[in-house]
Amino acid sequence: MNKTRASGRTVGGLRTLSLQAPAVTLLLMWMLVPLGMTLWFSFQRYNLLMPGMTGFAGLENYQYLFTDPALWSAMGTTLLLVGWVLAITVVGGTLLAVLFQQEFAGRGIARVLAISPFFVMPTVSALVWKNMMMHPSNGVLSWVAESFGLPAVDWFSSLPLTSIIIIVAWQWLPFALLILLTAMQSLDEDQVEAARMDGAGPVAIFFFITLPHLKRAISVVIMIEMIFLLTIFAEIFVTTSGGPGLATTNLAYLIYIRALLDFDVGMASAGGVVAIVLANIVAIFLVRMVARNLED
Amino acid sequence: MTTARTKQPGTQSAAVPLTTRPSLLASAGVRKLGLTVLGWSVACVIFFPIFWMVLTGFKTEAAAIADPSLIFSPTLESYQEVHDRTGYASFAINSVVVAFGSTLLALLIAIPSAYSMAFLPTRRTKGTLLWMLSTKMLPPVGVLMPIYLIFRDVGLLDTRTGLIIVYTLMNLPIVVWMLYTFFKDMPKDILEAGRMDGASTLQEVLFLLMPLTLPGIASTGLLSVILSWNEAFWSLNLTSSNAAPLTAYIASFSSPEGLFWAKLSAASTMAIAPILVLGWMTQKQMVRGLTFGAVK
Repeated sequence: MNKTRASGRTVGGLRTLSLQAPAVTLLLMWMLVPLGMTLWFSFQRYNLLMPGMTGFAGLENYQYLFTDPALWSAMGTTLLLVGWVLAITVVGGTLLAVLFQQEFAGRGIARVLAISPFFVMPTVSALVWKNMMMHPSNGVLSWVAESFGLPAVDWFSSLPLTSIIIIVAWQWLPFALLILLTAMQSLDEDQVEAARMDGAGPVAIFFFITLPHLKRAISVVIMIEMIFLLTIFAEIFVTTSGGPGLATTNLAYLIYIRALLDFDVGMASAGGVVAIVLANIVAIFLVRMVARNLED
Repeated sequence: MTTARTKQPGTQSAAVPLTTRPSLLASAGVRKLGLTVLGWSVACVIFFPIFWMVLTGFKTEAAAIADPSLIFSPTLESYQEVHDRTGYASFAINSVVVAFGSTLLALLIAIPSAYSMAFLPTRRTKGTLLWMLSTKMLPPVGVLMPIYLIFRDVGLLDTRTGLIIVYTLMNLPIVVWMLYTFFKDMPKDILEAGRMDGASTLQEVLFLLMPLTLPGIASTGLLSVILSWNEAFWSLNLTSSNAAPLTAYIASFSSPEGLFWAKLSAASTMAIAPILVLGWMTQKQMVRGLTFGAVK
């Protein structure tokens, strides 16, 4: 990769610097300044509603944070949300990618319909689902349930987290489908044909050819989704506001409550640090995968 | 469309692959028919909430909350009211200004950077690219407090400028990466030839690189527009009335007091329609940007 023109080396060094300077400087500031401030605040006693009480707090904020049952509940909710959405979108996305890879009439349009939810803004999807789909008496889902003679479900009061999971999964399933469908294009058709000639059934072909081929794309999907799903916010904000109780308060929403409802800068920042650490654990793996890809 | 009853074909799904052995023409026909039915059913189920939303937008409020029905007399009443009473236009203008403003800015900063990474790589290029990717992993909630306080102190809260700055920086890593993968696909000889003829770097970029990679630059820009348009964490937390884009405006329908489904639907339809069309147009190229080139 570095074996460029000999002349590009020396002159290139300077030119590279000046060409990249704006992007690099801005991103560096965007990263370091808020990050530094979050870290700093997390060790401070700093509440916007109590202007008098400021000063170094040591580990106090963290101590409060980690002994607060709300944090552990929020962590659990975050895990459940991320885990379920990942499971649904990855398994569903893989199956759908296989389906939409087959030739059938109007495949192009069907594909476009199936990936559409990804382009719908989160506030719209959440409100459309909450009202028109999941409303206990007038929603489409309760109407379907009733026409099958089943009792209607009051989604957001009896199954709040499940409802959020369904909405978020609906938004991200198309993402998985889109990525995996793209990865499928490079699947060697001859290999599939050869396997079929040898008498391999569709199930065997799926498990021994398709799935191994999609392995890398699937891990990319998992990691990118994880980064976004760890901090799902708008869907919760417009539907449940984290409730009932703390039932749908994930880490992102808890930090929001501490930050912009309680105005407790110190606590919110400590929570922010926890979120950053969690996201970074995922990020390390993703960056490594992309790095490996950059080599070839 | 009998989208509401698409459950039935699902039961056939298990049977389809088993009955397909493409030895006979007839069975190939059956297979294709089965796949068509299955593929379209799945696509319609996934698309249904969007379809239903568009439909509800053309109903009266009374018809919107009545039992789900495909038969009604369409009206533009809700569109009219959304336009007249809620000031939809000003929010739409905010969305357009912020999405396109931040995209133009991001492209302007990213093009020189991606150019130098693709054509003048040094030993640090790979590291820089990966570092840029890692800034994207910083969860927004982690830096909510510092950004909020900085914006409050410099008067950027609830301004379009503020949102443009945040969105530019938010999308910059993706824009650089995506442009980089497009630039790298371009044969180097052409630029080389231009340089032989005495073209300066600026001329090289303006008259050779940009025209030749215009489709790539365009789809990068479109992805950035889509991501900014649909962004709902910063828009909900940093704007209130003046600079609120459509994501925040739609969130205002979440108040539990009134059930204005028809108006919500009409507003939502207008808010997502342009982006949905852009998304359909660029779905293939978008994968590069969304996966940082890991899946092409």
